Amino acid sequence: MNTKSILLVGVGGQGTILASKILSTGLVEAGYDVKMSEIHGMAQRGGSVSTQVRFGDEVYSPIIGRGAADILVSFEAMEALRWLEYLKPNGKVVINDYKIPSAPILAGKADYPEGIIESIKEKADTWVIDAAKIAMDLGNPKVMNIVLLGALVKAMDLTDIDWEQVIRNNVKERFVDINIKAFQKGMEAIELVEA
Amino acid sequence: MKKLLTGNEAVALGAYEAGVHFASAYPGTPSTEILENIANYSDIISEWAPNEKVAVEAALGAAIAGARSLAAMKHVGLNVAADPFFTIGYTGVNGGMVLITADDPGLHSSQNEQDNRYYARHAKVAMVEPSNSQEAKDMVIKAMEISEEFDTLVLMRMTTRVCHSKSLVEVGERKEVPIKPYKKDLQKYYVAPAVAKQLHVKVEERLKKLEEFSNETDLNYVIWNTDKIGVISSGVAFEYAREVFGDNASYLKLGFTHPLPMKKIKEFAEKVETLYVVEELEPYIEEQIKAHGIKCIGKDKIPNIWELNPEIVAASLLDEKPTIIESDSSKVVNRPPTLCAGCPHRGFFYGLSKKKNVMITGDIGCYTLGGADPLNAMDTTICMGASISLGHGANKVFEKYNKDMKVVSVIGDSTFFHTGINSLMDVVYNKSNIITCILDNRVTSMTGQQDNPGTGYTLQGEVTEMVNIADVVKAIGIKHVKTVNPLKLDELKEAFDWAFSLDEPSVIITRWPCALKKLSEIDKKEFEPLTGKCTVEEEKCIGCKKCVNTGCPAIYFDKTKKKSIIDSVQCIGCELCMQVCPTKAIIKVGE
Repeated sequence: MNTKSILLVGVGGQGTILASKILSTGLVEAGYDVKMSEIHGMAQRGGSVSTQVRFGDEVYSPIIGRGAADILVSFEAMEALRWLEYLKPNGKVVINDYKIPSAPILAGKADYPEGIIESIKEKADTWVIDAAKIAMDLGNPKVMNIVLLGALVKAMDLTDIDWEQVIRNNVKERFVDINIKAFQKGMEAIELVEA
Repeated sequence: MKKLLTGNEAVALGAYEAGVHFASAYPGTPSTEILENIANYSDIISEWAPNEKVAVEAALGAAIAGARSLAAMKHVGLNVAADPFFTIGYTGVNGGMVLITADDPGLHSSQNEQDNRYYARHAKVAMVEPSNSQEAKDMVIKAMEISEEFDTLVLMRMTTRVCHSKSLVEVGERKEVPIKPYKKDLQKYYVAPAVAKQLHVKVEERLKKLEEFSNETDLNYVIWNTDKIGVISSGVAFEYAREVFGDNASYLKLGFTHPLPMKKIKEFAEKVETLYVVEELEPYIEEQIKAHGIKCIGKDKIPNIWELNPEIVAASLLDEKPTIIESDSSKVVNRPPTLCAGCPHRGFFYGLSKKKNVMITGDIGCYTLGGADPLNAMDTTICMGASISLGHGANKVFEKYNKDMKVVSVIGDSTFFHTGINSLMDVVYNKSNIITCILDNRVTSMTGQQDNPGTGYTLQGEVTEMVNIADVVKAIGIKHVKTVNPLKLDELKEAFDWAFSLDEPSVIITRWPCALKKLSEIDKKEFEPLTGKCTVEEEKCIGCKKCVNTGCPAIYFDKTKKKSIIDSVQCIGCELCMQVCPTKAIIKVGE
């Protein structure tokens, strides 16, 4: 099969790295060749972060250029717009309906842009998910990343993989149940919303 | 069994399997995780060195003593280690020695994007360049063999996308390698001029042998598809080239890139109609190919700034542009990195930013962010340790030419140990009058919480002596030293006023753990953990934005209400905002 490219974007500290680790591990176990690339260091200090996961029969480049992602999963609303140019024209978008104001916005020097989600919906097949609310309802805001992972898996039709087992193997035992629930809620959210 | 590993994890695995006995490094993105992962193998002596020069010298000592050794660093770290590095080019080794340089094309977390492949040529040592994690593992093992066979240091050049990308790696077993006998050999390790003169002859002979090896080794191999287009490439750029050209080109993939396999390159070039050289950053390979009179296309089309990706390669060489969804990206607001909520550096810079007529010379670490909006309390950042020495030079000029300008140098604990100590000696010895501020947050933070000579622990978790910064500073000859708690603005202000009034150099040490640090047993004896959260009493808030201007990411200014709001999830209760609030509108809850 042709190589598929997944782009996960968000803000440093949102758990994009754990989500992409679970994603990559599951894809490897399903027999795909997988490459994943992420950014560490200074950029992580509350900056805009991106992780790229590519899988297929044989993957060469660990990263993509613009216009090349099959799906963009944005853990934060404005980040979806920042990275939209990396999406293929027929690519899909999963957006977390969650805003993290950046430093200039916090300081009142800029405004958080209005109407982002609407404008992205006009451009691409988009699912909007309130992962923060789902995670809060489950009792831990931190599992927002796994809600989004569940949504991604459903949107990419990767449901044949035993994700529960992968989650079990990659998160601390006391967090397994809540993460599995979060994952399921994420998948359901995709079913409920029309792209 | 195959495992999904980053290039850095794969290097650690390769070191383990190669029977490496000793490894040393100074942390630096994108190289840090190499030693963090090697440290998990108890068979390998693994250490954080105070700086890269020390790491390379320690690794050389281990190699001369007969061990297989490894040193790792980011690209600019090799500048610090260049002195021993060049001379190892002459002495060679006993046990194998590999030096890993992790370059940062695209400057994700660095002050420049130098291409360290030139270092191999300059120091006349062998070089390998992996393109992915499997190669990173295999090449560490191979490099050890090359090092011992040819009596040379091997430089392994990685880049951010090799270090921090994961791909599948076949896991093997450790092959125990006996320590080679140590023999005193003045003609090899005692590089007095007469000895070095003879060693240089050997270096040139060794390079010839290495070039023969380069032409024979399967680290440099051909993938034949067509005679229309040939691509010569190395490192991650090779992966981009394959992504773009697929089976429409033949490839000469170079894994051993110093000395280059000129014979192999000529043969390959003769067989193809168009020859491309795809390299990230500088035309290291291309220049040498062209010097041999071979026609090729490279940097006249491919940019030599920032990192490459398949899109750039396709656009440069094939004129193929991707279809991009048009969107109004002008609406997107920047998201620069910021000091964390509760960062002990914030109060320091807030206090310092109130001082007038001051040049603030900064350094490399999280606190570099003190130069960004809204704190704006920094004039320069050059390299590790430069804050103090640069400040010294500036102060000498300001004083001699009667410019009313005070100099404050700002450096972190780990950076002070790295190279700041030497600079502070310059201040004392050559009598400048600067205020050196050592921001001791009890850990090396920017690279992700590494221990250092001041934390009381080694890389492998042993308790060790703690270097006391105040004692070091006094021993160097600084007479005026104060240690303050940077979460207390009044303590800071008092210290600044005191230091600004002195006519001799002084040192202010701020001492509080990084907000992200998991407190060690030693820390717990010294620091009470912060408790509770800060919250704004809305009716008392006058919307003056003083708290917002500390740059704390937990504080948000609500423009409609004209009030500050504190995010209780992010706040760790450092109380800095409470101290700057003129109406005492911020209170602590949940203590």
